[in-house]
Amino acid sequence: MKEEFKVISKFIEEKSRVLDVGCGDGILMEYLSKNKVVDVRGLEISKEKVKKCLSKGLAVIEGDAENDLKQFPDLSFDYVILSQTLQAFMSPENVIENLLRVGKKVIVTIPNFGHWKVRLDLLLKGEMPVTKNLPYQWYNTPNLHMCTIQDFYNFCNNKRVNIYKSISLNGEKISNITTSNLKYKNLISELGIFLLEK
Amino acid sequence: MSNLNKMKNIIIEEALKLDCGKEISNFPLAYETYGNLNEKKDNAILIFHALTGDQYASGINPITKKEGWWNYAVGPGKAFDTDKFFVICANVIGGCMGSYGPGIIDPLTNKPIGTNFPVITINDMVNAQYNLLDYLKIEKLFAVAGGSMGGMQVLQFVSNFPNKARVALPIACTASHSAQNIAFNELGRQAIMSDSNWNEGLYDEKSTNPDKGLAVARMAAHITYLSKQGLQEKFGRNLQERSDLKFGFDADFQIESYLRYQGSVFVDRFDANSYLYITRAMDYFDLTKQFGGNLSKAFKDTKTKFFIISFTSDWLYPTSENKDIVIALNAIGADVGFVEIKTDKGHDSFLLDVPDFLSTIKNYLNTTYSNINERRI
Repeated sequence: MKEEFKVISKFIEEKSRVLDVGCGDGILMEYLSKNKVVDVRGLEISKEKVKKCLSKGLAVIEGDAENDLKQFPDLSFDYVILSQTLQAFMSPENVIENLLRVGKKVIVTIPNFGHWKVRLDLLLKGEMPVTKNLPYQWYNTPNLHMCTIQDFYNFCNNKRVNIYKSISLNGEKISNITTSNLKYKNLISELGIFLLEK
Repeated sequence: MSNLNKMKNIIIEEALKLDCGKEISNFPLAYETYGNLNEKKDNAILIFHALTGDQYASGINPITKKEGWWNYAVGPGKAFDTDKFFVICANVIGGCMGSYGPGIIDPLTNKPIGTNFPVITINDMVNAQYNLLDYLKIEKLFAVAGGSMGGMQVLQFVSNFPNKARVALPIACTASHSAQNIAFNELGRQAIMSDSNWNEGLYDEKSTNPDKGLAVARMAAHITYLSKQGLQEKFGRNLQERSDLKFGFDADFQIESYLRYQGSVFVDRFDANSYLYITRAMDYFDLTKQFGGNLSKAFKDTKTKFFIISFTSDWLYPTSENKDIVIALNAIGADVGFVEIKTDKGHDSFLLDVPDFLSTIKNYLNTTYSNINERRI
């Protein structure tokens, strides 16, 4: 399982109700339901992936976060997970608001556009960065709203969203992000993982 | 109809109070089973048929000698794997394959009951079929499943008996029959009732059936089961065994010939009065209204796992109506999965060989069945 999922599953307490938004093939859902005894639901936009999830007996519905989150009642889940898809939404702002409405706690991971390789690509080559985590060209990328870990911190501050935990992931290296090391972590992290609460 | 003797049926002695207010008792319910009930009796699946289906879901229907209506889905190694599951299917009341319906001979008059048969609902159909579970001594079903009107019965069943099935598969259906659905059903009924042979429903079953009316009803309905794209690809403007237009009203086009054929074979196996009663039951179906306008309340006590399926090209029971059920279930935190299968085969997709659809059901049922057993150990 991906390092990212290991970090996410550590955030989640046993016997919780979890909604995995953009659950993909349901790898994290399977892990959570087997190892954490959680009641886990998924939302996924790709028919192929939904079929894979349902074939595994997972409770996944086909839909997209921008339209289908609104059907879930307020605070109906202990945790709502959004893994590396925030940047692909038309309105990440609305999605985050809805996640915080539906979940008591929200786990968001973002591919960090502040990573040094990304910065260097643009600085030295003068081209839109293409990296392992961001493998697309500018003309075919689904990522409409890239942000850096610093941007996400600022966003949460402005929206008065509490960041309870923030983790930096660089390869397999896991470390805490704090206000004092934020500038540095924003430079070396490939992914930022955040535990949020309204 | 010597084959009628081979039909499995039970006589339901206890009075069943119908939604119309009338009571029926000592009435027959015909059914068929496939596969074997295991020792734990935890592998039973109750399948509900659609408008013109019957209890013969799989294999060869002994009456019509044609393939069972869900032969693609039910059988050894298939989506509803009868090597593993015990599949039960009953003919709905109002039907014409041995269950209590308008074609049953009234012993007092020695004639078919005809339109003296009470107007029934989906709720009545489901309540009648529940008796079968007592008869077969099944405490808890593994699953209930059905498409179209069968899906409506699935929803009503879970609502009536919230903890009787572990899994519910409503396919290509709705919680509330739409104006468009009612309109098409009315078209069919009018076709039957305006056939002079219909005779206020008191036709003699053997000689003077309202076959023309019933055939037109079937032709109209058949169009609603297909998609525009599907029809276009299959028939286009192809001509029927002729090289040019004949400037008359014979079937010039293949699509005309096809519809006429569908109509003509249908009248051989279906009773016109049953068609009236069953379409009426569908029209009256409004589970949302049964629960004061809040569909979620229909399922508030259930622990059943739902798996809802719709089809992209189904305009009769479109994805949006299937999704309304998903939304109602999510609103109460019920366990629900949903997928819209991509196909150009229209509403009929659930009856056809749509590999994505069949394999997803198969995997879902098999995995869920083993997950439930693992958890119990």
